[in-house]
Parts: sequence; C-alpha cells; structure tokens
Amino acid sequence: MFTELGHFALILAFLVAIVQTVVPLIGAAKRWPSWMSFAESAAIIQFSLVAFSFAALVWAFVNSDFSLRIVVENSHSAKPMLYKISGTWGNHEGSMLLWVLIVALFGAMAAFFGGGLPPTLKARVLAVQASIAVAFFAFILFTSNPFDRLVVAPFDGRDLNPLLQDPGLAFHPPFLYLGYVGLSMAFSFAVAALIEGRVDAAWGRWVRPWTLAAWVFLTIGIALGSWWAYYELGWGGFWFWDPVENASFMPWLLAAALLHSAIVVEKREALKSWTILLAIIAFGFSLIGTFIVRSGLLTSVHAFANDPERGVFILLILVFFMGGALTLFAARAQTMEAKGVFGMFSRESALVLNNILLAVSCFVVFVGTMWPMVAEMAFDRKLSVGPPFFNAAFTPFMVALGIVLPVGAMLPWKRGKLGKTAYSFRYVFILALALALLVWAMQTGRSALGPVGLFLGAWITMGAAFDLWSRTGRNGSLKRLFRLPGADWGKAVAHTGLGVTMFAIAGLTAWEVEDIRVAQPGQPFEVGQFTLTLENVRRVQGPNYFSTTADVLVEKDGRSIGTLHPEKRDYPVAQMPTTEAAIDYRFLRDLYVVIGDQQANGGWVVRTYIKPFANWIWAGCILMSLGGLLSLSDRRFRVAAGARKTPARGVPAE
Amino acid sequence: MKRLVLVLSLIASPLFAVQPDEVLDDPVLEERARDLSTGLRCLVCRNESIDESNADLARDLRLLVRERLVAGDTDEEAIAFIVDRYGEYVLLKPTVTGSNLMLWLAGPTMLLIAAVMGWSFLRKRSQVQAEGEKDTLSEAEKERLRQILKD
Repeated sequence: MFTELGHFALILAFLVAIVQTVVPLIGAAKRWPSWMSFAESAAIIQFSLVAFSFAALVWAFVNSDFSLRIVVENSHSAKPMLYKISGTWGNHEGSMLLWVLIVALFGAMAAFFGGGLPPTLKARVLAVQASIAVAFFAFILFTSNPFDRLVVAPFDGRDLNPLLQDPGLAFHPPFLYLGYVGLSMAFSFAVAALIEGRVDAAWGRWVRPWTLAAWVFLTIGIALGSWWAYYELGWGGFWFWDPVENASFMPWLLAAALLHSAIVVEKREALKSWTILLAIIAFGFSLIGTFIVRSGLLTSVHAFANDPERGVFILLILVFFMGGALTLFAARAQTMEAKGVFGMFSRESALVLNNILLAVSCFVVFVGTMWPMVAEMAFDRKLSVGPPFFNAAFTPFMVALGIVLPVGAMLPWKRGKLGKTAYSFRYVFILALALALLVWAMQTGRSALGPVGLFLGAWITMGAAFDLWSRTGRNGSLKRLFRLPGADWGKAVAHTGLGVTMFAIAGLTAWEVEDIRVAQPGQPFEVGQFTLTLENVRRVQGPNYFSTTADVLVEKDGRSIGTLHPEKRDYPVAQMPTTEAAIDYRFLRDLYVVIGDQQANGGWVVRTYIKPFANWIWAGCILMSLGGLLSLSDRRFRVAAGARKTPARGVPAE
Repeated sequence: MKRLVLVLSLIASPLFAVQPDEVLDDPVLEERARDLSTGLRCLVCRNESIDESNADLARDLRLLVRERLVAGDTDEEAIAFIVDRYGEYVLLKPTVTGSNLMLWLAGPTMLLIAAVMGWSFLRKRSQVQAEGEKDTLSEAEKERLRQILKD
C-alpha cells in the first residue's frame, strides 16, 4: 500500500516538474508575476512528493518488502539495519531515485533561499532545474522503475553486494550525488542567465555558494570512496584511475575551476562567458559520469547496473541538455562583454592560469578515460589506459598547480608585480626546499617522488599560512586573524588541505613498505621496525557472513602495541568473499595487515604494509571540505542575497 | 548445513594478489617483476593490474613475467613477449605509437591552445586597461562628477 503511494507520488512529481518547467518560463518571458512565482511553490511541492516517494522505498527496504523486485535483488532479511537503508541507493533504480530527489532538493532550496534573486532569474533557474528533473523522472519511470512488483514474492532476498556493506560506502553515493547534482544548480543558473541575456557580479555571487556546496560534497564523496577502497579492497590502494572514479573526479576538477572563475565574475566582472561555459560543461561531466556508470560502455569495478537501453536514454538526456545549453551559449555569449581590466600579472591572471591547469587536466582525464572506446571504434585497436598513463599525463598539471598556487593566491587584484610577490615568499621557499633536501639526504637511493611531494606540500601549506599572516598586517595579531572573513579562512584551509593531500599521496607512494610471506602460527617475523606474530586463526560467524579471523600481535622495540584482527569473510547468500584488512591507524603511519589462505604446511599467507602518512590523504580532503564550508559561511553570501532588494526598499524608519 | 556452507565458502575464498610462493629469490629480479606487473592488465578483471588481481589468469601472467626475467630477458623483451601473446590490451600504459600519439599529445596540445588563448585574453585585457586609464569618463560624466564632488 505504502509503496503504491510512493509510486503514485513519483508520477505526480513528474507531472509537477513538467508544469514547473513550462509555466515559469512563459511567466518570465511575459513578465507575469503570478506565473513566475508559481515556480517556488511547484519546486517545494515537487520536492515533497519525491521525498515521500523515496521514503516509501526506504520503508520497503527497512521492512524487507520482498514483493518489490529491487528489494529482493538487493536486500536480505538478516542484513544489518544500516545496510538495509543504504541498500535503497546501493542499486541502479534506487540510486536514480536518490539522484532525482537531490535535484528536487536543490530546486526547493533555491526557491527557499533565493529571496534576493530578481524574480525573472529565479523563475528561470527553477524552470531549468525542473527540466532536469523531468528528464530523470522520465528515465526512472520508463526504464528503471524502483516500484516494480513481483507477482510471486520470494521468502527472502538475494542480499546486497557484500563489498557495499560498509559504513564508508553507505554514505559514499549520497555525497557524490549531492555533488553531481549540486552542479545542476550552477548549470540552471548559467542557462537562466543566458536566457536573461545578462551576467553581472551579483550572478557570480549567487552561483558561487551552490558550486562551493557541490564541490564540498564531491570532495567528501570522493574521499569516502577512496578511503573505502583503502581499507576494504585488501591491498591499501586508494585511487585506481578507474573510469567510474574518473567520472567523479572530472566534475570535481571542473567544479574547482568554476568556483575560482566565479570569484573573478563576482569581484571583477570578467571571465563571464568562460564561467558560464564552465558551469554548463561541469554539469555535462556529471551527466557523462552517470552515463559511464550506467551504460557499461567502459568496464569498471563499479559497474553494478549496466544496460545499453538505459545508457542510450542517459546519452539522449546528455545530448539534449548539453546541445541545448551550448547552442544557447553560442547565440548569447557575445552579449556578455567583459568589464574588468587587469594586467598580465594579477590575481585575475593567476585565476585564469588556475582554470587553464584544472580544465586541461580534466581534459587529460577525459581523453584517457574515453580512449579505449575511441581506439576500438575508430582504429580497431583493443587497448587499455590504466594508472601508468594517468600518473604520467595528469601529475605534471598538479605539480604545476602546486608550484604557482601560493604566489598566485597572493598576487594583488587588477595589477600586480610578479617579482615583488614572489620575493615576499623567499623564506617560505627556502624553508620548503630545505625540508625537501633534508628528507632527500635521509632517504638513500630512492626516487625523488617523496622529497618533491614534501616540497609541494610544505610550499602550499606554509604559503597559505603566510597568506593569512600577511592579512593580519604581518604582526600576528590574533584578534585580526579571527576577524578575517570566512572566505579568507576558507581559502587558506582548503589550500592547506590540497597541500597535505599532495604530500601524503607522494609520501605514501614513495615510502611504503610491503611484506608478503607465509607466517607460521607463533613464529614472529619482522616488517620494518615492527615484529608481528600470528597468534591464532579462528572461525567466527557474523550476522550474514562467516569469517576467518586472525589475531596478530604487533610489537615494537620489544613492547606490544596491540593485536590486530584481519579477517576474510564469506557472504553465503551473495556468494562472495571479501577481505577485511586490520589497520593500526597512527598519526605518521598505518600498519596494514591482511590475512590470506592457509598453506599446505599449516602456515597462513600474511601481507603486511607500512603505509606512511596514509591518514593525511583523507585529512587533507577533510581540510579541503572544511575550507569550502568556511567559505560558504562568509557573510557576503548572505548579505548579497538581500543586497539587490535593499536599495529599492529604501531605509526603513528606525 | 552450516558446516557445509563453511566448507563451500572456503573453497570459494579469494586467492591473493602476489602469493609468497611466486616471489623470486633474487630481490632485484623480484623488484623488476613487481614493476612490470603493475603495468600489465589482468585480462579477465575490470581495470586491475596483474599485481593487484586475485584472478588465476593474473597469477599465470605473474609467473610468466618472472619466468622470462629468470630466463634473462630484459624488461622490454619480457613485455614484448607478453604483448605478442595477449595483444596490446594487456598494457595499462598505452604505447606511444600510431593513433595512440593522439592520446599522449592531447593533453600537451590542449595546454598549448589554452595557454595561447589565455595569454591573448590577458593581453587584450591589459591593453584595454592602458587605453581605459586615459579616458574612461565621457564629458557629461565628468561634468556630473564635478557637481557631485562640489556638493
């Protein structure tokens, strides 16, 4: 009953979205206030309907309603509650419903918080946002309906893919989708501005919070996914340049570029048409990401639901929105003349360089991801493009970005002197270089990767600190420091995060220690400065799996620092084994132990890794998102929301 | 029943990537073998190198690489040996030949184009500035400014 209501609500939401696409657009063209303001109530009604529909689906999963096809295929009555809930979006149909829920959520939020927007712009933004929802409602209802019933309901379900039964992964998709779909808001603003034919500083200020939010969510989502891969897949890899990872990484790069170029629009009224184009393309890459995951055109470890028919549908959505928006862009871009003027070396030009590096690096990832398909279709070559290509082709861009970042971030607006700003960095530079050289001297006969990473990390983080310090008038006044606007703090914290992550990736890659051996129970063995002893191997039964659990005693300098319990699990219903690595997390390194198979001589395969600075990768990601949130908290965004209205209203009597 | 499930599950349990019995005694050769393995694709997996993969075929390939190295092949010869048998699909790093040049040159070319466009844009902006500084206000605006300043 409840699920039927959910299905019905979904169809109603589809109809509301259609009306919300058409009515406000006409209203804005004809300047009819009531037709324009219809968009707001429609957005909120549409969101409520989808939210109800989604709640109905969650309800079905929680109560293990096995008359629903996707519940049977992705759930099991013995599954822990958290994974029953996360199972809702752990499958194709449910995840698309989550996607459209978030589209509607952003629309409703724009309706709710968009009080300061000019009415025509607001109506158009909401209409464009609704049109995206329409496309995805149609996609769900016509190709992948989550509310499909089975004629005969089985007694129990087939369980969720055990790899997905994990807290890190339970929240990975919602965050990624918030990020992907958050970019739809930037897209809607861009298209609405093109229809309006006007882009000004205020527009930049309205778009930036949405882009920032999307970028923060993408950062968290990507970090969760990579953290999950690190502890779950059993060898501590954290990034694989897998097509689906790339699908989320490309929008991240473009969102980063977009939120920087929107600063230029906001402060200097330049780079307008580029920013609009970037907003369109960034959302395009979100759609391409969805297409890559759903179509199965590119093989990947994530391909949990692929179906050519669905792929074609999403391709059509992609072609429609990108084609439409780019055509509109071509027709209208000329009307947006740039106002701001600035010199060759200025903050503006530094941000242009930032955009070039980010956009081209995204292009490299895109070409690498698509190349196997292109090569097969056009040149009849069946080939692979894997991590070695991306490491070689992508990394230089990040290194270049890291080198120019601190200086660029401090160049003055309008017209700066590169030499002067660069000279002020002399101590930071010398310190970072000295650190790197010191480490290079300490490590013998290894690659330059670690020291280079350390130099970049130190250069960026100390540069960010120097920036903050300069802002206080270079006297370290704490009072001034804490009075700095949120945007300044956000910039420093996010850049620090980038530096930390860059250093951590280089450090982990360069200084990792690996040990693979057959360990006899009771016989200690040495890995690095640690002594490990496989004490015992037990069979344990979990709620919906069987486990082989080892007890590994870890000692350092003769003192015990704990016992680790790596596991091998088997999920009988899903018929899938998984590994659960045991990790001793420490500030400077992780000790990562995995248990393998028993050998003929009674020993067990044990793989041990010492992973220096592993935590720092995600600490950096957390700092980046925190920086984004600090920027979001800047009161300019809230003040700006009402800025347009205030002069019109006049000064109220005190 | 439970015991049966347990037994079955043990049979189905995963093999690990590099197994201890595969490791060569010569650490230099082993190091080279690991290096080569990270660049070779496991043919039956989704985007995994044979160094990471648990599949049987990946194990066969790892052993093959080691066999070739022990037989005295250079890195290039060992790779060529594998590519001859399995096609260029096994290479995770595409060769820089033929149509693949497009793949490798795409990034640098785009960077060049973007740099030229960015540079000309900046040049235009800074020249506008030079002109703009001379005369930004029309006569009427200057008159108005004078009046405002007088008030």
